[in-house]
Amino acid sequence: MDTSRRQFMKVVAGLGLSATLGGAGIARADTHELSGLPNQFGVLVDTTVCIGCRRCEWACKEWNKLPNQMDLKEYQKDQNVFQTFRRTSADTYTIVNRFENPRDPSKPIYVKKQCMHCYEPACASSCFVQAFTKRQIGAVTYDPAVCVGCRYCMAACPFEIPAYQYYNPWTPQVTKCTFCFDRISTEGGVPACVAMCPVETMTFGKRTDLIDLAHKKIRDNPGRYVNHLYGENEVGGTSWMYLSAVPFNRIGFRTDLGTTPIPTLSKAFLSVASPMYIVFPALAIGLYTFAKRREAVCKEEISEALKKKEGK
Amino acid sequence: MEAKVEIVQPSWVEEQLLLGMNWRDYFKSNLTPFNAVMAIILAIGIPVMVYRIAFGLGPSTNLSDYNPWGLWIGFDMLAGISVASGGFCIATAVHIMGMKEYESMVRPALVAGTLGYLFAVVGLLFDLGRYYRLYFPFFVSPGPNSILFLVALSVALYLHCQFFEWCPAIFEWLNLRKLRRWWIRGTLGFSIAGLLLTTGHQSALGSLFLLMPSKVHPLWYSDYLSILFYVSAIYGGITMVIIESMISHRVFADQLHGDDPGRFDRLTLGLGKAAAVVLFVYLGLKVLDLAHGYKWSYLATPYGYWYLFEVLGFVGIPALVMIYAVQNSRPVMVRGAAIAAAIGVLLNRVDITIVAFNWGLPWEYRYVPSWMEVVITITIISIGLLTFRFIVNRMPILHEHPDFEPEHP
Repeated sequence: MDTSRRQFMKVVAGLGLSATLGGAGIARADTHELSGLPNQFGVLVDTTVCIGCRRCEWACKEWNKLPNQMDLKEYQKDQNVFQTFRRTSADTYTIVNRFENPRDPSKPIYVKKQCMHCYEPACASSCFVQAFTKRQIGAVTYDPAVCVGCRYCMAACPFEIPAYQYYNPWTPQVTKCTFCFDRISTEGGVPACVAMCPVETMTFGKRTDLIDLAHKKIRDNPGRYVNHLYGENEVGGTSWMYLSAVPFNRIGFRTDLGTTPIPTLSKAFLSVASPMYIVFPALAIGLYTFAKRREAVCKEEISEALKKKEGK
Repeated sequence: MEAKVEIVQPSWVEEQLLLGMNWRDYFKSNLTPFNAVMAIILAIGIPVMVYRIAFGLGPSTNLSDYNPWGLWIGFDMLAGISVASGGFCIATAVHIMGMKEYESMVRPALVAGTLGYLFAVVGLLFDLGRYYRLYFPFFVSPGPNSILFLVALSVALYLHCQFFEWCPAIFEWLNLRKLRRWWIRGTLGFSIAGLLLTTGHQSALGSLFLLMPSKVHPLWYSDYLSILFYVSAIYGGITMVIIESMISHRVFADQLHGDDPGRFDRLTLGLGKAAAVVLFVYLGLKVLDLAHGYKWSYLATPYGYWYLFEVLGFVGIPALVMIYAVQNSRPVMVRGAAIAAAIGVLLNRVDITIVAFNWGLPWEYRYVPSWMEVVITITIISIGLLTFRFIVNRMPILHEHPDFEPEHP
């Protein structure tokens, strides 16, 4: 489909929607149609470097003023948390998990987990109050001021990232990593976790540069990495990307997500939903007219038959 | 001396709300075993509802970060809405397609449908973290690119639409003749709007899951989710009308004012025929889905057995029984098959939201509803039943009002 035709379809769909929904909205161009966010930032995480000190967890809680903060020393001491596989939760935007290293059991693999900041976020496409925004600089941010708490975003996220304040009875919120939007919006700012890392596991920069860097690392260090930059293409690409020495499904990543952006999956349905509001009333009135007409024809035939009978 | 004869005119409240009795007799007439069961349910359920509001979702439910949706979304909302579509099915048949012989079933189906939707939304309010922002998607920050927005908008509009379709009965009850005569001019319009909005949200409810290919088991995830949900909601609605009318004929026999049992059986058979056709359409779509998605190999797994139990046990067998019963004029058998098919729709919605959801996760992360979630669900259904009985006993729903002409567009 060429661009002008697609644009035309969009306008038609938008008109249909706004006509039926009372001007609720015009179909917007989404990220899929744009030439990209050229200034999008990203982070490259090299899981072969991480030592599992969990300072990033501390820094994240410190900067975002999250509850249940502990002393920095406690984080390094507490190795018991690695016994179970953890995920992000209401009071924690990022966590580090430990995995067995099939190549060298003495050196476990540590993997930091946080919001991937998708190029086309499932959470944003699921939200019926537009609480999520994909920012020009890459961050996917959440606005608690409009959130109703339906938790569709949590169900839709393929990376199991958004969490919910289930224990807050009156004003619960969805919680997730902000990419330290406030920090990276300013010149030279980097996310709190990146700034804290003592071994430079994470590299912050323009996403396009990071992709080049990652592929260079893979090329220049034969045998060190599997030839897969996780996040380069997964669900349409993510701002956070990972390098690994072992296949990604061994270290807690899903490798079956495919490269189709999640919002694309709902587009086929949404594109027929608006025209339906125009076509269906016509069909219904058609049905009604047929029924009425049949009734009229039937009556006429009966009266004619009666007339004939009387005439004889 | 002549004895003074006092004629007591019942007051409006006694006449219209207490079924012509005074308070004392009305109270006595309500001391029944059914009401005792309802009283026990409410006595447990209402404090649990208060607990949920006061202490939040965490202490009262088993919802988690992995399982954001549970029984209230799967059963109260999705399953409830899918079988509450009877009002739309019958109104479309009668008011748009001109099948006037089903006229007597329009009002009961509409009342049941309206209450079904209303209490589905009540269930949703308990599930929403900030239920007091229910109007936000419409008036504060609309997100029209979300499928959930389509669901919310068309469910909200349809709830009103269905209520408007029911209004003539309310006006008859209140004897508002002019308003009623004016109002029934809109019957055709409301019916068309109902067809439109129902098609929109029933299919959108299924499409909600389109965003979760990595979480919903492939046997339940399908590119056809929208049409599968729509078609199953249609037979869900028709079978619920069969079940409702069966129960009404037992429970509200006094309301039927000399209804001919032969006519009732003929209507049941007619509905059964429609349900059978739609059941076979659904079955065909399910087979198409298996074939298009190359999903056959999943059938020989535990999830596959459960899938077959759902599809064969609650769609395939009811479809065959239904068509046999219609061919051989067996209304009782039609009712049996209708019950199985309606349970099948409920099961399908619970399967996709709970059983097939997060199927890849280890068992300790999976969701099982807490007792409080179950209690609140049962309480909401009970309040719905009581409301239905309250209305049917007072308004001309199951019978025509003797003073009014039937409404025809």
